[in-house]
Order: sequence, then structure tokens, then C-alpha cells
Amino acid sequence: MKIKQISVFLENKRGRLLEATEALAKSGINIRALSIADTSEFGILRLIVADSEQAKHILEKNNFAVRENDVLAVAIPDVPGGLASVLKILNDKGLNVEYIYAFVQRSGEKAIVVLKVENLDLGIEALVERGVVLLTSKDIEQL
Amino acid sequence: MIWNKEAECMSFDERGKLQLERLKATVKKVYDNVPYYRKRFEELKVKPEDIRTLRDIEKLPFTTKTDLREGYPFGMFAVPFKDIVEIHTSSGTTGKPVVAGYTKKDIEIWSEVMARALCMVGATKDDIIQNGYGYGLFTGGLGVHYGAQAIGATVIPISAGNTKRQLEIMLDFGSTILTCTPSYALHLAEVASEMGISGRDLKLKAGCFGAEVWTEKMRDAIESKFNLIALNIYGLTELIGPGVAQECEDKSGLHISEDHFYPEIISPDTLEPLPEGEKGELVLTSLTRDGMPMIRFRTRDITSLKREVCKCGRTLVKMERITGRSDDMLKIRGVLIFPSQIEKALLEIKGIEPHYQIIVTRPHHLDELEVQVEASKDIFSDEIRHLEAMKKKIENHIEKSIGLRVKVTLVEPKTLPRSEGKAKRVIDKREL
Repeated sequence: MKIKQISVFLENKRGRLLEATEALAKSGINIRALSIADTSEFGILRLIVADSEQAKHILEKNNFAVRENDVLAVAIPDVPGGLASVLKILNDKGLNVEYIYAFVQRSGEKAIVVLKVENLDLGIEALVERGVVLLTSKDIEQL
Repeated sequence: MIWNKEAECMSFDERGKLQLERLKATVKKVYDNVPYYRKRFEELKVKPEDIRTLRDIEKLPFTTKTDLREGYPFGMFAVPFKDIVEIHTSSGTTGKPVVAGYTKKDIEIWSEVMARALCMVGATKDDIIQNGYGYGLFTGGLGVHYGAQAIGATVIPISAGNTKRQLEIMLDFGSTILTCTPSYALHLAEVASEMGISGRDLKLKAGCFGAEVWTEKMRDAIESKFNLIALNIYGLTELIGPGVAQECEDKSGLHISEDHFYPEIISPDTLEPLPEGEKGELVLTSLTRDGMPMIRFRTRDITSLKREVCKCGRTLVKMERITGRSDDMLKIRGVLIFPSQIEKALLEIKGIEPHYQIIVTRPHHLDELEVQVEASKDIFSDEIRHLEAMKKKIENHIEKSIGLRVKVTLVEPKTLPRSEGKAKRVIDKREL
């Protein structure tokens, strides 16, 4: 139910985002979803790709600090209130969302968002209980 | 105006004789009374009788800050403790500070050389000296204080800090001479203009600035902002405190009170003396110090000497403004720091790699220290708040270790220079 996300440390320097994405492009890695969290000094590029092991390897070879961790990918109805209904489930259980971002692609009628919840297992439990569709690594590969 | 014409304008020959006589006495004194020096002399097989000319000083051992620390606290004193009337320490943060002991006679000498310095700046009985050097174990505050008292000027012992109050007092009391660090003078000027006080509202005519490396550019800024003449003072706790040397109105170098402190310039690499005029490390020997005489103390300050009759009439040798140091020590807001201390603190934190760079800047006339640390895999996180917390943790740990707040910046892995022999750890962007 969990999917792999890789995060890359980026200094706020000209060209660093380009270099990171170019390194992935050269190896034919397609980015499924991404977000950048930024502060005045540095940013964190978060990526979902089909083969995170390979992406991690390539970025590390290019001297980036890379970290792999688990997140949730949730398919939600692409209608007003779709995201809110999912967030409400987590809110009702008292689970904080650390960050959230959307997929580049859609899966049919659904939009896909990436969620990092403070406790992933409790998050999964709460969402599944309420019938929310969670994507697996396999789903991501096939997107 | 010259405080002590006889001493400050003495002919070169006459002064040479006086220096030799005093050097002989000092060497004998430390040989007889300081076990550390006796041991060092014996190792080098020199005896006090071997000092027959001033050049024979080259036979004597050097003294370093490390040597002084080994004698902590009172090991370098050359008199019974009952004769010590005052103690000061250096501002060092590496381990124990250097302790300096003064006898009554030493305080008189200190007052004398500081009176010379303040007189060079233009101080008379009629002046009000606002003393913004810190009072306490630091020698700056009391050194200026003693000199001002010797002259009979009025001292405002305001010490450092409390900027708005400093300016109010300067305005209300009509202070005529300001003594503080040059960076603090610039800070005062900035706050003054924020408060709507201009140089013309103040009665300041001169300033005596030192205790840190500064530049002609800073001098221009201080002079134009405060409408005064800004002169450079030099000194160090190991020798006595401020007053070892002072610039006169000619601004052509700092006159060393060489009848009390004998200067040499050496190559920091070969330790050989350098010919007059060449740039090297300043080495000073006490000629009159009673409580704690220093033999060939390595100051690590880089300068050159010039011997001539100055336009002001003084014959005291002149040293150029300090242009750097022969070690990698940094002086940040008056605190002495070695990069190795920061390295040690960093490596005490789990996950930090020994790759770092220190960047020193002076954004608002006050020194800032930035430590760049590589965001290694171990400390990197996908969450901003974890990275921010890591930064705070490093900042707090460094502050705890060196006593100075620094700014930590995380940079990408493998972007900082690697040590190949001697890595460039420090980038000093201050205009010194």
C-alpha cells in the first residue's frame, strides 16, 4: 500500500533542479509526480518514479544527497470536495499530514495525490476502512 | 602633543643602549625567577651573560600562547604572588585563557604607555573620554582607564554595549574622545543616524580604535560619520594590554613604545629575523615588565617595521597596520576562534561529515560567522522541519562549544573543498 518516494537535497543555486532532472532524463527515468519544498537557503525535491532504486542510484552518482522513504498515493474522485473528503478521514483520526502533492497524470476519473502522514500505518488503516483507493508500487509502474 | 618627550623622542643610539640594559635585566630576571624560562634557556644553552648586544636576543627562545597555557594559571609570574596587584586574562576560547599578572610597577608602566597613546590621539586634562572598551578581565577597558587617569582627563567608564545610552551620554555629556573597537564605532554611527544624531551634534574630536583588525576604508567611514580623527591602537594581554603601540596624527604607522616592548619581525616559516621594512610576524619582548615578563612572544600578527624620525617628532619605531595573522585564528566580535574548534564541535554530532567551510562576513559592521555543512545522506530528510531542526542542533552545539552564535547553512554533498593537505576552511569576506 505504501509507495516509494525519493527526496533530493537542492541548494538554492542556479541550475541545480535542471541538473537533477537532466540526470534522470538521460537514464530514461520518467517522473510521475514531483514537488519542491523550499526555504530561503535550500529546497527538497520529492519525486515519484517507476523505479526509485535506479533513480536513487543515478542521483547519488551525480553527487546529490538522496533519501528514499514511504508515502501514500491516494486515488480520489476528481470532483470538488474530493481531496477534502480524504483529508477529513485523516483529520477525524487525529493524523497530521506532513505534506501533500498531486500526480502529473490522472488515472481515469480519479486524481492521484501523494500524502505523507505522520503515522503511515494508521493512515492506511483509516483510509482503507473508509473505502479510499490506495495505489501500490505496481500501479505506479503501470501509470 | 607628546606625553613623555624624553622617552618618545630619544635618539636611536641612546634608546638602543637603554633597551640593551633593560633586556639584560629582564633576561636575568626570568632566568632567576621563572622555572619555565630557565628550562628553555638551558635547553638552548644560553645564559643571561650571553646577551651582550641587542642582536643577541636572537639566541633566546620564542614564547607562544601554548607555552603560556601550559603555565596556567600563574606559572609565568616572575614575582612572589603577594606582589601581584591585578590579574587579567585573554579572550581565548581554546581551553584555558592566558593569565596576566601585574605588579604595582606594571600598572604604572601600563598607565604610562596608555597615557602616551591617548596623548597621541589628542587627549588632555580637559577632555572627556568615553571608554567603550569592555571593563573586566579584558584589558581594553581598564587599560584606557589607567591612561586617562594618568593624563587627568575625565573618563566615562561606560564599557561596551547599550548603544542608545552610549549615544545619549555622548550627546549630553559632550564626550570629546571615543575609545572602542572600530566595528563598534561604526555600529554607533549607524544607530546615531537612526536616532537623528549627526556628527555635528556631537563634540567628538578623536577616536582611539583597536582590539581588532580594521582597514583604511573603515577609518574613512568612521571619520566622516563622526567628524573626528580616527587612530589605531595596538596591544595584547600577554605583553600588557592596549598601549603597546599607537598611531599618531600623521597616520604613517603605529609607534611602538619600544623602551618597554622590544619588537622584532620574523618569518613565521623559518623563524629567522627579517630585515627592516619586510613584512612578517611581530615578536615582542618585555623590557620593563615586572610581574610577567615575556621573552620573544610570538604575536602571530603580520606587520612590518619602519624606523625614522616621524613628522610628529617621535623616534619610536613604527609598525604598519596589522594586515593578517600567521595562523588560521579568527577574531570574531572580539572572540578568538580556531577553525579546528568548529571542526571538533561538528564531528561530535552524529551523521556530520568532516567537510565544512567557515565564511566570515561583516554585514552590518559586526562580524558574522557562517558554517557551511554538507547535507550528507545521514542528516538529510524529506521534511523541511527535520532539516531546520538539524541546523538548529548544529548551531546550538557549536555555540555551546565555542561560545559564539554562528549561522549554519546546509549545502549539497561533495561541494565543499576536500582536504588535500591544507584545506581552505576559512573564507574571510570582511574587508580587512
